[in-house]
Amino acid sequence: MRDSRTRSKGRWAAAPLLVFAVIVFGVPMLVLLGGTFTKEGTLSTANLTESLQGAYLTALVGSVKISALVAVLGGVLGTFLAQAVVTSRFRALREAVLTASGVLANFGGVPLAFAWIATLGNSGVVTTTLGLGQHGWNLYNFWGLTLVYLYFSIPLQVLTVVPALDGLRPQWREAAQNNGASTWQFWRYVGIPVLTPALLGGVVLLFGGAFSAYATAQAMVGSTVPLVTLKIADALTGNVLIGHENVALALSLDMIVVAGLVMAVYLPLQRRSARWLR
Amino acid sequence: MNGARVEFRGLRRRFGSTVALDGLDLTVEPGELIALLGPSGCGKTTALRCLAGFEQPDEGEVLVDGADITRVPANRRDAGMVFQSYSLFPNLNARDNVGFGLRVRKAPAAKRHARAQELLELVGLPSVGDRYPHQLSGGQQQRVALARALALEPRVLLLDEPLSALDAKVRVTLREEIRRLQLSLGITTIFVTHDQEEALSMADRVAVLREGRLEQVADPATLYDRPATPFVAEFVGAMNHLPGLVSGDRVTVLGQTLPVEGPSPDAARVDVLVRPEAVLVTPDGEGDGIVMVSSFRGSTARLRVRLGDGNEVLADVPGHDSARFAPGTAVRVGLVERPVLVSARPEAGAAAAVPEPDVV
Repeated sequence: MRDSRTRSKGRWAAAPLLVFAVIVFGVPMLVLLGGTFTKEGTLSTANLTESLQGAYLTALVGSVKISALVAVLGGVLGTFLAQAVVTSRFRALREAVLTASGVLANFGGVPLAFAWIATLGNSGVVTTTLGLGQHGWNLYNFWGLTLVYLYFSIPLQVLTVVPALDGLRPQWREAAQNNGASTWQFWRYVGIPVLTPALLGGVVLLFGGAFSAYATAQAMVGSTVPLVTLKIADALTGNVLIGHENVALALSLDMIVVAGLVMAVYLPLQRRSARWLR
Repeated sequence: MNGARVEFRGLRRRFGSTVALDGLDLTVEPGELIALLGPSGCGKTTALRCLAGFEQPDEGEVLVDGADITRVPANRRDAGMVFQSYSLFPNLNARDNVGFGLRVRKAPAAKRHARAQELLELVGLPSVGDRYPHQLSGGQQQRVALARALALEPRVLLLDEPLSALDAKVRVTLREEIRRLQLSLGITTIFVTHDQEEALSMADRVAVLREGRLEQVADPATLYDRPATPFVAEFVGAMNHLPGLVSGDRVTVLGQTLPVEGPSPDAARVDVLVRPEAVLVTPDGEGDGIVMVSSFRGSTARLRVRLGDGNEVLADVPGHDSARFAPGTAVRVGLVERPVLVSARPEAGAAAAVPEPDVV
C-alpha cells in the first residue's frame, strides 16, 4: 500500500514534463494536421497530393536518399573507427577520439557549413592550395553534402557503439577460438549479433539527424540539392510561390510519416536482434 | 574419447617486468586430472593459456602426445576450455552454445542439436536447451560451458578456475560432478585453481606453482603429509611452527620427544611443522594453554591456543566438542605421536608466524 502511494506520488513528479511534452508536441501537431487538410478554408487533401508531386516529391526522395546513405556509411565507418579505438593499446588515443566525437557529433548548422566552405569550398584553403578545382572537385552537390553530413554522423555512431564494443567480453572471442572458430566466424556468429541492437539504434539516429538537417544544407547548397527541409522553408517563406504555407505543413506530415516508416522497420528488427536480452 | 599426454617444457613467459612463467617443466599423463595450484600471479593461468593457444611462451614448448603445438593457432588445438565465468555466448541459447563448435565445422543442424542435447544430458541439464545464458544460474552456466568444451571430443580439457564465481554449495556439487565426468570420459584434464581444498579433493596430482616455477607435484595425500618445501607446507593446509630441539633423529617439542621425518637438520634449534589436526587439546584447569579464539566450521572447530611460553598454536577439535573449548578455557596441549617435519629456525620472531585462524 505504501509502495503504491509512493509510486503515485512519483508519477506527479513527472507531470510538469508530461504537460510540457503535450503542449510542445501536441499543439504543433494539431496545427500541422489542420493546415495540411485545409485548402482555401475548406477540408481537402489537395495539399497532401501536391506535396507528393513534382519538385516536392523529388525533394522528399532526395532527403530519404541522402539520409539513408549517410546512415549506412556513417554506421559502418563509425563502427570501424570505434572498434579501432576500443582495441587500441593507447589509452590517450581512445580518450582523444571519444572527446572529439562528443564535440563533433554536436557540430552542425551554419558553422559546420562555413568550416567546409572555408576549407573545401570553391575557393577554400585546401581546394586552392591543392588545385582541386582543376580536378573537378565540387563540394556543392549531393556527394559533397553527404561528406559534410558524415562529418557529424561518424562521431555520433562512435559514441553510440563504443559502450557496446566495450561490453564484448574477451572470453567470448577466446571461447569461440577454442571451439575452432576463425576471427570472421566469431564476428559472424557472436560479435555482430551481440552488437546489432546498438548498431541499429545508431543507424536510425544517423538517419534522423541527416533527414532533419536544414541549416547546413541551406548555407552550403541552397537549392542545388533538392531536400525536403529546404522545400518546407521555401514554401513557408514564400520564396518561390506565395500561399503555399499549407503545402509546407503537408511536407512536414510526409516527413513524420517517413520517420514513422523507419521506426516501423526498426522496432521489429531491434526486438528480434535483442531477443536474447529478455 | 581418450586422453592425451601433455608436456610443458621449459616454459618462460614475461609480461613487461613481471615473470609469469620461469622455466616450467611438467608432464601430465594421459587421462590424469592435474590441478595447478598457487597464489595469484604464480603463473598457473598463463601455463593453461599457453596450452590453449591464447598465450605464446617466450621460450619453451608445449607438447601434446609428443607433438609440438606451441605455434599452432588456438582454433586448431584439440583442447576444450571452461573459463572462469560469463563465457557463454549471450546471443545463443544453451543448445546453440554447446553446438557452436559443430556449427563452425558446418555440421548439419539436426546432428548439431542431437549432439548438444546429448551433452546437456551428460552435464545434468536436459531441459535448458532453449534458455539464454542470462536465464541460467551461475552453476548452470558453468555446466553448459563444460558441455560446450566437451562437444568436440577434445583430448585435453582445460578448466580455468571454473568454480570460483559460484557459491559454496554449488561449488562442491559441481566439482564432484566434473571429477565423475572426467573419470568416465578418461580425458586428460588440467584444472587451475587457487583453492587448495578444490585441488586436493579433485585431482590425481597437484602441482604447486610459485613465481612461475614448479614447487612440488604430488598426489594430494603426499602433498599434504610430506610437503617438499616450506612454501608448499604453508600454502597447502594450515601449519604450526613450534620451537623444537633436535638430538640425533628425534626432536623435543612441547615436552614430547618425537621422531624426525626425513633428514635431520644440522642446527639443534628448529621449527617443528605440525598440522592443526595433529595437535591434541584437552580441557584441564591445570593446563598451561588458554583458548584465545575458537572458530566453528561445522565438522571441526579451529582453536588458537596461547601456550605458557607465549607461543601460539592452532588446533582442530571435533565440531561437537567446540562448546568445551570456549575462549578463556584452560587446556593441556600435546601432539599426536608420529614423525614430524622440521625446518631450520629463522632468526628472531619466528613464533609470530602462526597463521590467522581463518586461514584454512
